[in-house]
Amino acid sequence: MGQTFSEKILGRKAGRVVRAGEVVTISPDYCLSHDNSAAIIGEFKKIGVPQVKAPEKIIIILDHIVPAADEKYAQNHKTIREFVREQNLPHFFDIQHGVCHQVLPESGLALPGKVIVGSDSHTTTYGAFGAFAAGIGRTEAASIWATDEIWLRVPETLRVEFHGRFPEGVFAKDAVLKLIGDQGADRGNYEAIEFAGPAAGEFSLSSRMTLANMAAEMGAKNGYFEPDALTIAWVKARTLQEFEVVLSDPGATYEAVLSYDLSKLEPQIACPHTVDNVKPVSAVAGKPVQQVLIGTCTNGRLEDLEIAARILKGRKVHPQTRALVFPASRVVFLEALRKGTIEILSEAGCVIMNPGCGPCLGAHEGLLAAGETVVSTSNRNFRGRMGNRDSEIYLASPATAAATALEGKITDPRTRL
Amino acid sequence: MSTGRVWKYGDNVNTDVIFPGRYTYALMPLEEMARHAMEDLDPEFAKSVKSGDVIVAGKNFGCGSSREQAAACLRAAGVKAVVAKSFARIYFRNAINLGLAVLQCDEAADSLASGDEIDVDFSAGTITSGNRTFKFFPLPESVIGIVQAGGLIEYTKKKLGL
Repeated sequence: MGQTFSEKILGRKAGRVVRAGEVVTISPDYCLSHDNSAAIIGEFKKIGVPQVKAPEKIIIILDHIVPAADEKYAQNHKTIREFVREQNLPHFFDIQHGVCHQVLPESGLALPGKVIVGSDSHTTTYGAFGAFAAGIGRTEAASIWATDEIWLRVPETLRVEFHGRFPEGVFAKDAVLKLIGDQGADRGNYEAIEFAGPAAGEFSLSSRMTLANMAAEMGAKNGYFEPDALTIAWVKARTLQEFEVVLSDPGATYEAVLSYDLSKLEPQIACPHTVDNVKPVSAVAGKPVQQVLIGTCTNGRLEDLEIAARILKGRKVHPQTRALVFPASRVVFLEALRKGTIEILSEAGCVIMNPGCGPCLGAHEGLLAAGETVVSTSNRNFRGRMGNRDSEIYLASPATAAATALEGKITDPRTRL
Repeated sequence: MSTGRVWKYGDNVNTDVIFPGRYTYALMPLEEMARHAMEDLDPEFAKSVKSGDVIVAGKNFGCGSSREQAAACLRAAGVKAVVAKSFARIYFRNAINLGLAVLQCDEAADSLASGDEIDVDFSAGTITSGNRTFKFFPLPESVIGIVQAGGLIEYTKKKLGL
């Protein structure tokens, strides 16, 4: 009987053959945390061991509230920096680097066949590179720092097969929003989602990251793309570290197999206040929008900024609308700067912000007032997430966000390409 | 037997409404976290919740962000247990690791309403409300050790002999 990717990778770690539903205790390859490391340090100190067990496995990336928005956040960052120095942690990224889910892969740490856990729900992103990557809590992260171990339930796997090609104006974000809208926000709860089918291999790594990132919004434990030549070339350009490609067996058992024809897709938008409240953009077109956000770990990469620039080039953001651009990382920012993308966006009237999470989680850098509406390329539209609880968040692709910025109302990007 | 009241909510209660993101990265004491519990879903909750009360919800309770405060703030507010049809996986892990009881029970989730009296008997595995009794789905054996130790920190200390 064949095994899924998750069964194989967790079985190797556990040193025995495992099946979905079993619980294994394993030693992960990496444990990520961000600004919440300050809270993790507090938990770690309660355990009472002086040193972390495996410093080389701990990755800390400051991205959530950077630079510090007030003195409480400043104190958190200071506590973290002191701990990093005291424990001699080699993988520390201070505020200049960008969003953790972009910086970690760019630093050659998201590799095929690795087990990466992170104290952030969108840790699923690294499945784009064929890693087993799952979100955990802060207390668990503290326990890993102390013991280098975690318990994980081996997930069942939902396979999603993509066929066909995207029509003009339709992107990976639209595909994943359609999937979540059709299947519901808990369809993948406790499961692995394996993105496959002939079209999956044609997705750029950036697009694969968008899908694996949003797997969390279906409740999934992890997302997964089979590593291919594109993946191998990408990671080898960033690390000398050894890694092993782990693939699902042809006869693996899937909880279900879903099939999507991309050629039939139109631009999608998640409406307030749940990610699975998805409609075609055309169904809500015309709604006035006061703010547009292009960026985040979901859609802040070069291809995302470039599609926005293609739409906004030589034009102006609508006078009643603010457009904020958050490149996902400094690396992305520099690439976009050198290619002239940043100049186009700035000329169009976008506010170019520092790489980081920005207002996505509602802490700073562009929050909403009561009654305001935002179209964001991020991954969550829960009530109050980006400011006042009486504001509204719509989630869409960078193309839809850029077309909306131009018109000052929700706009189908196919009319603006 | 101490009896609490039911606070009833629907499906997909997410961690942003249980504990808003605007407070997430500010370290705050438990009592202060309790004052923000459920703030964006039900502003009445934090004002009126009493020790021993139970939250009853539909499917996918705790979806969204991995923030642990969403479990910690309910425990700090005195919530004895959350009864739901299902839990989002990170929330389920966090709750266990922090000692908040998370009980899966479709019948109780369908039958109970806000304001109903409720009591949970963990050793018997039952939820009672008036003359109604419901059996809940037991926790997996592999995690019972963590709950019994009083949470993951205590469990880890024990494991390390500290």
